[in-house]
Amino acid sequence: MTRRPYIRDLPRTSWWLEQPRYIRYMAREISAAFIGIYVLLLITGLFRLSQGKAAYETFLASAEGPVGLSFAVIAMVFAIYHTYTWFQVTPKAMPLMFAGKRVPGAIIVAAHWFGFVIVSAALWLLVGS
Amino acid sequence: MARSNKPIVWGLFAAGGTVAAFIVPVLILITCLGVPLGLLSADVLSYEHLLELLQHPLSKLVTFAVLFLIIWHAAHRMRITGHDLGIRNDTLVAFVCYGVAAAGTLLMLVAVFGL
Repeated sequence: MTRRPYIRDLPRTSWWLEQPRYIRYMAREISAAFIGIYVLLLITGLFRLSQGKAAYETFLASAEGPVGLSFAVIAMVFAIYHTYTWFQVTPKAMPLMFAGKRVPGAIIVAAHWFGFVIVSAALWLLVGS
Repeated sequence: MARSNKPIVWGLFAAGGTVAAFIVPVLILITCLGVPLGLLSADVLSYEHLLELLQHPLSKLVTFAVLFLIIWHAAHRMRITGHDLGIRNDTLVAFVCYGVAAAGTLLMLVAVFGL
């Protein structure tokens, strides 16, 4: 007689609520939904822009309400969480050697944040002025 | 050895994730939050200003490339997350996720050429 294999009983859809680690994992993955929806809205805006001034201004007015603003705030939180988690894994995803030694992970992560500040400032100045 | 398209998909996913990590927060700040917070003048999002910024061929190319990478990154990650959320029909999930990304890409092509 063979023994029955042990199958851990996990809820199929809500397993990630069981541990803070799983919740953080799901928050990281679900950031893609918010980033994706935001980019779709941006593309819609581009499309309305290509249709002329009246079309674009209708679109802009519809995005300005409390719903649009709330979405933007939530999307912002998830976008920053995506940035944080993405930069945290860079030392593992692309370890660097310098003068025969491994570059400490903290330096690789810090370099990414430095780049983030430069890119953000550049885009802010380019579009905002 | 069996050939696989995984390295290409993975490369696109990683490129999109990196681009998103660097620019999505500042993009949201500029396009959605800057004006309500009083950090930017409303003229920044005006029809004339955006047209001026985006009509240059180089900015069209960069806009298209950046949004293309981000949207396919998001679609791929949502496909994988579908499995994590207990949806076992991967074919359907892939069809929906990549379908939305493809539709977004097409709409963006129309928009960018129309500017």
